[in-house]
Amino acid sequence: MAAKRVIVIGGGVAGMQAAVALKKQGVTPMLIERDITLGGKLCRWDRLFPSGTRAGEVVSPLVEAISETGIRTVLCGEVSEIVGDDSRVEVMLTDGSSYEAEAAIIATGFDLFDASLKEEYGYGIYPNVVTSVDLEEMFRSGAVVRADGSEPRSVAILHCVGSRDRQAGCGHCSRVCCITGVKQAIELKQLYPGCNVYNFYMDMRMFGSGYEELYKEAQERYRVNFIRGRISECSGTMDSRVLVKAEDTLAGRPLRLTVDMTVLLVGKQAPASNAKFASELGICVSSDGFFKGADCFDGATLTSRRNIFVAGTATGPKNVGESMNEAVAAAIKAAEYVKGLA
Amino acid sequence: MEKAVADIHKGSSGTVAKKFGFTVKSGRAIDIDAADMSVADEVMARVPSWSLCIGCGGCTATCTAGAFADYNFRRLHLMVRRGEVTGLRGRLSACMLCGKCVLQCPRGVNTRGVIAALMELLPRD
Ligand SMILES: Cc1cc2nc3c(=O)[nH]c(=O)nc-3n(C[C@H](O)[C@H](O)[C@H](O)COP(=O)(O)OP(=O)(O)OC[C@H]3O[C@@H](n4cnc5c(N)ncnc54)[C@H](O)[C@@H]3O)c2cc1C
Ligand code: SF4
Ligand code: SF4
Ligand code: SF4
Repeated sequence: MAAKRVIVIGGGVAGMQAAVALKKQGVTPMLIERDITLGGKLCRWDRLFPSGTRAGEVVSPLVEAISETGIRTVLCGEVSEIVGDDSRVEVMLTDGSSYEAEAAIIATGFDLFDASLKEEYGYGIYPNVVTSVDLEEMFRSGAVVRADGSEPRSVAILHCVGSRDRQAGCGHCSRVCCITGVKQAIELKQLYPGCNVYNFYMDMRMFGSGYEELYKEAQERYRVNFIRGRISECSGTMDSRVLVKAEDTLAGRPLRLTVDMTVLLVGKQAPASNAKFASELGICVSSDGFFKGADCFDGATLTSRRNIFVAGTATGPKNVGESMNEAVAAAIKAAEYVKGLA
Repeated sequence: MEKAVADIHKGSSGTVAKKFGFTVKSGRAIDIDAADMSVADEVMARVPSWSLCIGCGGCTATCTAGAFADYNFRRLHLMVRRGEVTGLRGRLSACMLCGKCVLQCPRGVNTRGVIAALMELLPRD
């Protein structure tokens, strides 16, 4: 019997975890990643919520497991087309190469919302308006400073930028930005204890284990200010600071505040390729553009095609743990499927 | 709608408005840049659990005084945290110190401790 092969598309934590799990099930996985390295978004994050673990500590063991078990990996390979029928899948890359297998797991992840589309927040216009992604890069480089190199003494963190916002064309909740905002507020206070940090939120969505505790720690130990209300606009001041306007909805009054830096918590969006792959394969995406599982309880990683599986943030916003667990689930289902083939 | 706006004015800069006989425009927006946080900082130092408030309104809902008087404890202590302390001392006198709010608070804020500190620290009207 020929070895059963499963192609995993996307080498973020979900794709890597799926490949490792497939190998453990005795199936031959092949991993295709667009970037020059494996790891996906985690290559850009510094410390992870809720534990403070370095992102590299999650990525490295997976990369090692992939090389130790000899999983065939294609880097710098962007998948442009997925075709095939009920018994075979063919994956085409932009460089013209193609690969065939009995099944595929799509783990192509998410895209980040482009904050400059919300012009009223002045991203790309005012140098001290940055995104949560920029702030992660600053944490990684060790230099969390304003555009002129000075330490921020006050920071406003704005939740729901490009999420839950019909004006931005994104109605869904990105789920992890609230906790990212809490984590980043704490990290700012750890770095600069005298800095005043203000989080402007619509709802605080602390869904995960340890998240509510982190929120309380931000309040009690770090004295982060949480203000319920959405910033309507940011404007630059003469001295390169940022004036933010919001309603303090708990006070029922408009509120204004000038800060040294504003951080926009950008949301997660479905990559445009989701719709393309879905139409090529005849599988479904949800109204938010993420892949839709065959069933929201028992079939989250299954699609209407028996040899196509989905995992990680490709199916919707998730944290690292959820993405990795969904990858194991997809790998088990994919292995069951290919082993069942004659 | 008009009533709500009037309430808001009473709650914060009502005294100022009364003193000068016109609706001051500074009463509309909360200006954190200009706010005096000295009372808030001192209350926070004495009652650290105050930092855990999530503005749920449980204290106001259960409040004995709030059922009879125009007194909203949640909003009162929120305004202190926004640095607006004028005109609050008189309002706080509605409190009967019954302590029901402490039993209600889901975040374990020592609301009675907050009240005691405010009674001492809020400026007399
Ligand atoms: C600002 C921010 C901070 C976060 N911090 C945390 C945190 O502290 N803790 C936590 O638990 N979660 C955090 N998350 C969530 C975390 O980033 C995700 O859970 C995780 O990245 C999901 O992994 P993934 O593999 O599903 O997707 P991704 O990380 O997006 O990986 C997808 C991979 O697929 C590749 N790919 C895409 N399309 C193709 C294609 N056509 N061909 C080939 N390859 C392709 C991409 O290059 C990428 O490597 C954060 C999210 C954000 C936005
Ligand atoms: S997780 Fe929080 S910040 Fe992110 S979209 Fe949902 S409510 Fe908004
Ligand atoms: S102690 Fe005061 S504020 Fe608290 S419930 Fe009683 S009357 Fe209301
Ligand atoms: S009950 Fe507690 S958390 Fe709720 S508003 Fe009152 S003090 Fe705040």
